[in-house]
Amino acid sequence: MFLVVVALAVIRVRDLFAATMLFAIYSLVSAALFTVLDAGDVALTEAAVGAGISTILVLAVLTLARRQEHPVPGHNLLALAVVLVTGAGLVYASMDLPEFGDPDNPVHGHVGSYYTEQTYADTGVPNMVAAVLASYRSIDTLGEAFVIFTAALGVFALLSVRPPARRSRARDGEEAP
Amino acid sequence: MRENGILRVIARFVIPLILLFGLYIQFHGEYSPGGGFQAGVVFAAGWILFVLIYGLDLGLKVIPERVMYVLTALGVLLYSLVGLAGVALGGHFLDFYPLLEDPHAAQQAGIILVEFGVGVTVASVMMLVFTLFARRRSWWDEVDAEADGEGR
Repeated sequence: MFLVVVALAVIRVRDLFAATMLFAIYSLVSAALFTVLDAGDVALTEAAVGAGISTILVLAVLTLARRQEHPVPGHNLLALAVVLVTGAGLVYASMDLPEFGDPDNPVHGHVGSYYTEQTYADTGVPNMVAAVLASYRSIDTLGEAFVIFTAALGVFALLSVRPPARRSRARDGEEAP
Repeated sequence: MRENGILRVIARFVIPLILLFGLYIQFHGEYSPGGGFQAGVVFAAGWILFVLIYGLDLGLKVIPERVMYVLTALGVLLYSLVGLAGVALGGHFLDFYPLLEDPHAAQQAGIILVEFGVGVTVASVMMLVFTLFARRRSWWDEVDAEADGEGR
């Protein structure tokens, strides 16, 4: 419930600095939620990435951009319609979701039960999440590492060159203090 | 921020703890929640806090930019090479069993190496991205100062 309130606040707030902080709070609350659901790895990731590093990086971007969001006049009815239809579709689909914690759920029928039963015998690693990530699903994780590497290359390509004097002056000059 | 005594003292206490916690979730990841990704992020956050308090120049003296470039690639390379080592020793790509005699030890060694690769890449990428953004800002200030000096 608190998540919904924070999410609404993020949308309403025009001050980007406040929005960043609200996003950090949102991530922290989700991390607490994941902890309640016994998903320690996900909670740790959410707390470290969502509340920690992404907030810092967005703040670093904010030092380069203006602090106030540019107000958009009027209402975008098409966007409202798209959001409403998608939301209604998702709510309709969620009625077909199996009951939470039911042992006959499809999640437990596929490879999940193999992992739960055999991980320790196969690998001797107590933390099943680490075993699945690094051993069973190793290639996925390799792809993930390459994605991060590529992201660094992209940022490097965009930002590593010193800006020419005139143009950046024009862009920077109108910045709010 | 550099002259604030409270920040400096607290940071001096907290930064080693953050770095240590990063290493802990890196190498203890198979027993408790954690792993390379989270560890890299936490480690980078410790370094970024150092930069926020002591300035970018000092931070780049601790971990030079050139080292970051090398480390980003080295982490991914370590991951791929562990995968290729499995192939070279007669298994599939990213198959850890051929690495060592004991299958459990082989799996654990493989997971630790691979997670270490991920951790190195993530940490150095985060530090690199932050460095690039922070330096962009100081470049703009320099360019502004030059433009003002010309008497606009």
